[in-house]
Amino acid sequence: MEITVAGQSAYVYNGGKTPAPADIAKQPVVVFIHGAQQDHSCWTLQSRWFAHHGFSAVVPDLPGHGRSGGEPLTSVEALADWIAALLDALGVEKATLVGHSMGSLVALETALRHPGRVSRLALIGSALPMPVADVLLDAAQGNEPKAVAMVNGWSYSATGQMGGNTVPGLWMLGMNKRLMECQKPGVFHIDLAACNAYARGLESLAALDLPVMVVAGSADRMTALKASRALAGAIRGAQLHVLPGSGHALMAERPDGVLDALIGFAAPAK
Amino acid sequence: MSYKFDTLSLHAGQVPDSQYGARAQPIYLSSSFVFKDADQAASLFNMERGGHVYSRISNPTNAVLEERIAALEGGVGAVAVASGQAAMHLAVATLMGAGSHIVASRSLYGGSHNLLEYTLPRFGITTTFVDPRDIDAWKNAIRPETRLFFGETLGNPGLDVLDIPKVSALAHEHGLPLLVDSTFTTPYLVRPFDLGADLVFHSATKFLGGHGTVIGGLVVDSGAFDWAASGKFPTLAEPYDGFHGMNFAEESTVAAFLLRARREGLRDFGACLSPMNAFQILQGMETLPLRMARHIDNTRKVVTHLASLKGGAVESVVHPDLPEHPDHELAKQLLPKGSSSVFTFNLAGGRAAGRKFIEALKVFSHLANVGDAKSLVIHPASTTHFRMSDAALVAAGIHPGTIRLSIGLEDPDDLIEDINRGLSAAAKA
Repeated sequence: MEITVAGQSAYVYNGGKTPAPADIAKQPVVVFIHGAQQDHSCWTLQSRWFAHHGFSAVVPDLPGHGRSGGEPLTSVEALADWIAALLDALGVEKATLVGHSMGSLVALETALRHPGRVSRLALIGSALPMPVADVLLDAAQGNEPKAVAMVNGWSYSATGQMGGNTVPGLWMLGMNKRLMECQKPGVFHIDLAACNAYARGLESLAALDLPVMVVAGSADRMTALKASRALAGAIRGAQLHVLPGSGHALMAERPDGVLDALIGFAAPAK
Repeated sequence: MSYKFDTLSLHAGQVPDSQYGARAQPIYLSSSFVFKDADQAASLFNMERGGHVYSRISNPTNAVLEERIAALEGGVGAVAVASGQAAMHLAVATLMGAGSHIVASRSLYGGSHNLLEYTLPRFGITTTFVDPRDIDAWKNAIRPETRLFFGETLGNPGLDVLDIPKVSALAHEHGLPLLVDSTFTTPYLVRPFDLGADLVFHSATKFLGGHGTVIGGLVVDSGAFDWAASGKFPTLAEPYDGFHGMNFAEESTVAAFLLRARREGLRDFGACLSPMNAFQILQGMETLPLRMARHIDNTRKVVTHLASLKGGAVESVVHPDLPEHPDHELAKQLLPKGSSSVFTFNLAGGRAAGRKFIEALKVFSHLANVGDAKSLVIHPASTTHFRMSDAALVAAGIHPGTIRLSIGLEDPDDLIEDINRGLSAAAKA
């Protein structure tokens, strides 16, 4: 669906359904927030399950990404306020937020800045802080193809680099490369710089008072398992769900593992 | 860390078998796959989980082949089908319906020409054929209903080198994709996506399989073409009633074409590849870089030898390696590793000389195929085009003495000796 958020057009995928905006709030809402230089399509499998099992799946392209208008927002805090504005635009009071990588920081910050709006928080491929190497920041600013190659090289486990996609016929590295390449020039550096600048400390997470799950890949080289473990440890009651052998691109390398973790966390069998 | 071409040729798409540890790719010769439970079954059908349901739509062995060719081409994925012809048909049928129009190079494999010229018009899809070297001809052939540009990396029979950067740029200016048949070159010699093509297909029967054993085809998507922005592709960018109203371009930003090709094309047209054949093609692809290097090396020696005989038994040799070929410079630019091990030469004698040449050969096999590990030969005037008069042959760009060679992996000295044997026989015709 196309809606207006904070005065700009925004594209929201709904897990393969075509609800009217006014109908979104009639079911429990799960918002899926993509990472740097990505769009909604990294969440297709997981969001389709939720959309077809009694939830409203809200999967936006963040401002300046994919099909959404506007310029990319330059800080995690601004993106968190945009998520709150997205909920406003859809008349949603409270939602489960699921974020990957940069999107996990956005989800986390939304829960801290707008605590009344978030019911559950799933942080996938996450770390706090989330520093970005200078070499990657520089490449994203001056040589995007190089930055794309670097991120693709670091986002998959050694096994994942050879493929073996559970979705037949799709080459994960090619998919991710092309998806990154089709974002607008300049978005990559803005996203990475926002991650790098996000200064919140682990101690401030004591303010969180909601169910939280951290999902980590044991072979993640972007947000290492050790960092995900520290993040989960800093949040009262947080679950840590480790997907053995997965790199940072968890939704591609372990789509069923991510989905099963999300189902257990946000849609447990009654 | 990203693996390089030779490594991907051996490994891409394959995760060692988790149950028995099989290092070779297992052949999953099963029509269908058992669901774990009712929920998983529903999730597979609704594309909430990846996996296999029925081998007409997807199969684990075929999926490895699909990933491998996508990795080597630099694409986002692929669909394996029963033949190269099935691959071309699937590409066209996924993109367009009745009332649509294609602009195609006129230098095409006969099977592709038949499909475009005679068969697709019966289904309302017409084609304008153009000189692939004439960029204005491509431009002038575009109509409001045009949906596709199509050519071969190396045209048939003259090995015209398709200027992919220029032709794709023109296509993109008009919101159109470029489909390329890359059978003769394989990704070892050229990766058309790197030059601007949007879709590639292969007859995997040829160099990819490489051993003349099985028939197969592959369609590969670059993932770069913006189907929604073009506004010309409702099959990809509008809801499809045949799959729960799915809008493929919204579903997948970069793999909409492949989703529709599998979810509609394999489902409804059914030209699926046998997993046995997929296995054989995978075996071939493991040695693709080694074989292609040898094909090209042997070809250079044979071409040099034949060219040295010009003015005697040989009237002309048609190969981009030769300075007199119209695309010699373009080939150096686009195909720096070499252009083709399939080429033609014209005997000084006519039809009778061609017959004698063929019959004298001992190493080359006389048959209608190319891209085998073994060297192959055919004389069009006495086989594929035997009904045509000499004048009609010339009009079709084929000399009565034209011989097509597909240079294999034998010792090049043996190939040259065999050719000399044939030339001696031809001289006595």
